[in-house]
Amino acid sequence: MTFRARHLLGIEHLHPTEITTLLDLADTYAEANRAGTVPRDRLAGLTQINMFFENSTRTQASFEMAGKKLGADVMNMSMQTSSVKKGETLIDTALTLNAMHPDLLVVRHPSSGAVDLLAQKVNCAVLNAGDGRHEHPTQALLDALTIRRAKGRLHRLSIAICGDIAHSRVARSNIMLLGKMENRIRLIAPPTLMPTGIADFGAEVFTDMRKGLEGVDVVMMLRLQKERMDGGFIPSEREYFHRYGLDAEKLGHAKPDAIVMHPGPMNRGVEIDGTIADDINRSVIQTQVEMGVAVRMAAMDLLAQNLRAARAA
Amino acid sequence: MTLTHFTNATLIDPVALTEETGSLTIRDGLIIAIDGAAPKDAQVIDAGGACLAPGIIDIGVKVSEPGERHKESFRSAGRAAAAGGVTTIVTRPDTLPAIDTPETLEFVARRAAADAQVHVLPMAALTKGRMGQEMTEIGLLLDGGAVAFSDCDRVVTNTKVYARALTYAASLDALVIGHVQDPVLSDGASVTSGKFASLRGLSGVSPMAERMALDRDIALLEMTGAKYHADQITTARALPALERAKRNGLDITAGVSIHHLTLNDLDVADYRTFFKLKPPLRSEDDRRAVIAALAEGLIDIISSMHTPQDEESKRLPFEDAASGAVGLETLLPAALRLVHEDQISLPRLFRAMSLNPARRLGLDAGRLRIGAPADLILFDPHMPFQLDRSTLLSKSKNTPFDGARLQGRVLGTWVDGTRIFGGVDA
Repeated sequence: MTFRARHLLGIEHLHPTEITTLLDLADTYAEANRAGTVPRDRLAGLTQINMFFENSTRTQASFEMAGKKLGADVMNMSMQTSSVKKGETLIDTALTLNAMHPDLLVVRHPSSGAVDLLAQKVNCAVLNAGDGRHEHPTQALLDALTIRRAKGRLHRLSIAICGDIAHSRVARSNIMLLGKMENRIRLIAPPTLMPTGIADFGAEVFTDMRKGLEGVDVVMMLRLQKERMDGGFIPSEREYFHRYGLDAEKLGHAKPDAIVMHPGPMNRGVEIDGTIADDINRSVIQTQVEMGVAVRMAAMDLLAQNLRAARAA
Repeated sequence: MTLTHFTNATLIDPVALTEETGSLTIRDGLIIAIDGAAPKDAQVIDAGGACLAPGIIDIGVKVSEPGERHKESFRSAGRAAAAGGVTTIVTRPDTLPAIDTPETLEFVARRAAADAQVHVLPMAALTKGRMGQEMTEIGLLLDGGAVAFSDCDRVVTNTKVYARALTYAASLDALVIGHVQDPVLSDGASVTSGKFASLRGLSGVSPMAERMALDRDIALLEMTGAKYHADQITTARALPALERAKRNGLDITAGVSIHHLTLNDLDVADYRTFFKLKPPLRSEDDRRAVIAALAEGLIDIISSMHTPQDEESKRLPFEDAASGAVGLETLLPAALRLVHEDQISLPRLFRAMSLNPARRLGLDAGRLRIGAPADLILFDPHMPFQLDRSTLLSKSKNTPFDGARLQGRVLGTWVDGTRIFGGVDA
């Protein structure tokens, strides 16, 4: 079991054994978090900088919590109010930060590929906290851990991903991760929110939600961005809920023990019915949040080990 | 008086489509003999079997004067062209400001005459400021030396304005060059839609945007009878429309950039912005279809679409980065890839790079014929090398071929009979 990566930029370049290594460690952190037995010195002496070029309360809080639990010195930089507004390029920002010698850099950026670009210019470990529509690897990993804990395995499951797949980095990372672990993936979306060429990704494509949910083990819902609701991609919010909102009737097509997931924040009454989201027998949405901290602890721990080894060499 | 005699050269004749060993004599800027004896007093150049061809005429070169001289000047573009075997550059008007008045055109002509060592034929904008609202002074610009009219990558969306400009240009027999991308469908896109775009999370445009714009322009040509050239046809779906328009007798020709002939959408790989072009790189199927169309003559002209960009405008996240690549110095070796892969013959390649552009612009150049201008290049089509972008003579080094293994080197370039590139011992 190994984890060789220097950065966590995406799922695309991870090997299945690296994914398993990370999830195994995250599992122990999840238990340690519950038991209150977290080793507080794993990241002691290391500096973690959270750079968010795009607003995020949940993901930023999760990364901050993960770093602090393991003893890192965590600094949050809200890039929307900083020098970026004054015209500084991403490369210059990266070089400036690099000169301060951080150890772990957590980056979210609205442009696809921006985190890859930044990672080329710094000497520390970079974690992608979401870049444009490209990848959101820690979200896919926390989803994977949640599924593995709920279903007892992470292979040969039938998993439906529903909603705005075209604009979703969560969907891309999940398609790649679940595919690498040999699951059967079904994508359900109105055709205007389905990316082109998606059939080549090795997933089954459905525009009819009931057919798509038939017999699945896991239902992953995606958030529909407010700005896409009115007329541009879909006719209206209510038509979307009518055809693609997850309610008890549609969920009835999935397996009786199918779990319901959502990366949050939810639009109740748009993509998911409130009663489904709160149903403790079906919804694992709160578990996803809990696993998020554990997965980020594991990711930073592994990257810090590789960073220390590289620096020692 | 200059008198030069080339012996033992492989003469590339794009008219007869032959490549045969022979000799050629030039005097006072003109070709005066083919396969004649060496005149006494002539400087004799033994080509040693290397190819002698009419110089390349490159339609659509961006020289960033006026406005962005730090990206490319007439001096640097001229040197790059000479090194690349390009003897005539047809410059784009998408400068800052646009070349849309006789005064700005005169500036370009003056700067070019002072600094560029190759022929410079300027294009002018079709509409004022390339804004698509009012036509430029096409007659005055034509008399001032503009060889074609184009708004470059800005498509005239107002068809009333466009139809009038085409009608007016037709009455003056002026060539209009159109960019065939539906501007609304392609708005905000940085790559071609498809699996790769989806995987990378980049906004893609359907290849159909090209067909839509070409169909519209063809309808307007039927209506106005204008003389028209589509700057870049890069997709399979646009080809039947082009073929039909030609068969119906419209005065239409089409070009393609060297990059769309030699690269595909997967080359963008991990967000390499030097591969961000307008239109974006296409699928491998499209690339192959376009090569086939070139080989059979449906696509007439290959251009470098030389577009200098500095590091600052390229070292950005992919969707924020500027489009375009430099190509003057890599046009020939990249195009020779097609010859080495047996996709096209050498004389046919020069038909697309020299003869057809000359014909479209009404020039005597582009041929190996007695009386034609002595704009010539001598090159070894086989010499291998690995491109190092820092060695480019362009001020901007944004080439997608950095580190690529290429074959074919220019040994010498002559403009009006004067050698402007290469050593005397070639």
